[in-house]
Amino acid sequence: MRLSAVDLACRRGGRDVFSGVSFNVGAGELLAITGRNGAGKSSLLRIVAGLIRPVGGRLWLEGGEPELSIAEQVHYLGHQDPVKPSLSVLENLQFWAAFFAGAIKVDDALELVGLGAIATLPAGYLSAGQRRRLSIARLIAVKRPIWLLDEPTSTLDAAAQHRVAEFMRTHLSEGGLVLAATHSALGLSSIQELSLDRSVRSHAHSDVAGMEQPAAVAP
Amino acid sequence: MSPLAALLLRDMRIAVRVGGGALIGVLFFLAVVSVTPFAVGPDLALLKRIGPAILWLAALLASLLALDRLFASDHEDGSLDLILTGRAPLELVVAAKGIAHWLTTALPLVVAAPLIALLLDLDGSAEAGLVLTLLVGTPALTFIGLIGAAIAVTLRRGGLLLAIIVLPLTVPVLIFGVAAANAAIAGPVPFGTPFTVLCALTLASLVIGPFAAAAALRLDME
Repeated sequence: MRLSAVDLACRRGGRDVFSGVSFNVGAGELLAITGRNGAGKSSLLRIVAGLIRPVGGRLWLEGGEPELSIAEQVHYLGHQDPVKPSLSVLENLQFWAAFFAGAIKVDDALELVGLGAIATLPAGYLSAGQRRRLSIARLIAVKRPIWLLDEPTSTLDAAAQHRVAEFMRTHLSEGGLVLAATHSALGLSSIQELSLDRSVRSHAHSDVAGMEQPAAVAP
Repeated sequence: MSPLAALLLRDMRIAVRVGGGALIGVLFFLAVVSVTPFAVGPDLALLKRIGPAILWLAALLASLLALDRLFASDHEDGSLDLILTGRAPLELVVAAKGIAHWLTTALPLVVAAPLIALLLDLDGSAEAGLVLTLLVGTPALTFIGLIGAAIAVTLRRGGLLLAIIVLPLTVPVLIFGVAAANAAIAGPVPFGTPFTVLCALTLASLVIGPFAAAAALRLDME
């Protein structure tokens, strides 16, 4: 399985976010997408997830399920945690498992992310980190080959971050793909890095350049 | 469990739990209809004449109440993104959400209608006719409302815009709903004539609503 992109370009709200972005990720490989705020890391992941359309370039998958679109083979872990406060932790996860795969058995996934003990608690009582873990449990409960992770560990404590890195390693060793927008190294080796800063700079608007100016002259 | 059944079940669960919108519609309906006799006065003949119109108006406004949260809550917490990466067609997803919304907000209203009809001095057969028109007509209100809810999904205060978009589209349903109810009560038009048109409106909106709403959602996500 191989996910490739050539010359992807993205435009949001009339502004060119990036252009000329190409990558090539094979089974068992992790692509770390880096770049400063506004460089288009999230937009790139949303393009792969089929949530926004690129204004240029091509994206294709070799060796996946031929009758499914790329979007139907990804797990998208965005900024928000799709957790309904009035449903219990277990009901939240059961819904997504059933919605994606018709699966009901999700107890193991809850145990793995450390939420097994509070499965019946209404999800409204969860902390930000616990909500994030509940979102991550979805990736484990339902198998999909491509993981798109947008700042996956931003609200997690050190132990949980370590755990997430472990999940990613397991997923990679099973032949999965991971595209992660991240600031931290996640403690993983064998990373391909895609920096969006370069592709922005070549198309930088004056306001973007202006943002960088003060940082350059600051002592 | 199929994806759509899971979605239907989830939406119904959320609606009936704390903070859900299930009872808001029926309470609003009861409030409007029960204060009407006080405003109109104790003229039973007049109440009987305007009764169906009051009930239908209240049902229409009640069905608009919870609509603005139908997609907006899923949009705000990122659920809609995930639903779009699911394998269930968006049109069917929208239809499943519409059915869940109708079951939790409109059906209680239909069930409460016979009780509240007593306040408007309606007798047995008139009540039956009225309830039947509400049962058949409210799905049209919900499924037309889906379109407005989908268009207003990214707006923070989409409720008013939704009402402006949806109300003109629901006018035919209102006209034939009230006409059928009046025909059941007083005649002279046979009940079947306006009722058949009402059925047709509902069937058409059951088809058009999900497709239009899904198209609007796809545009919104861009």
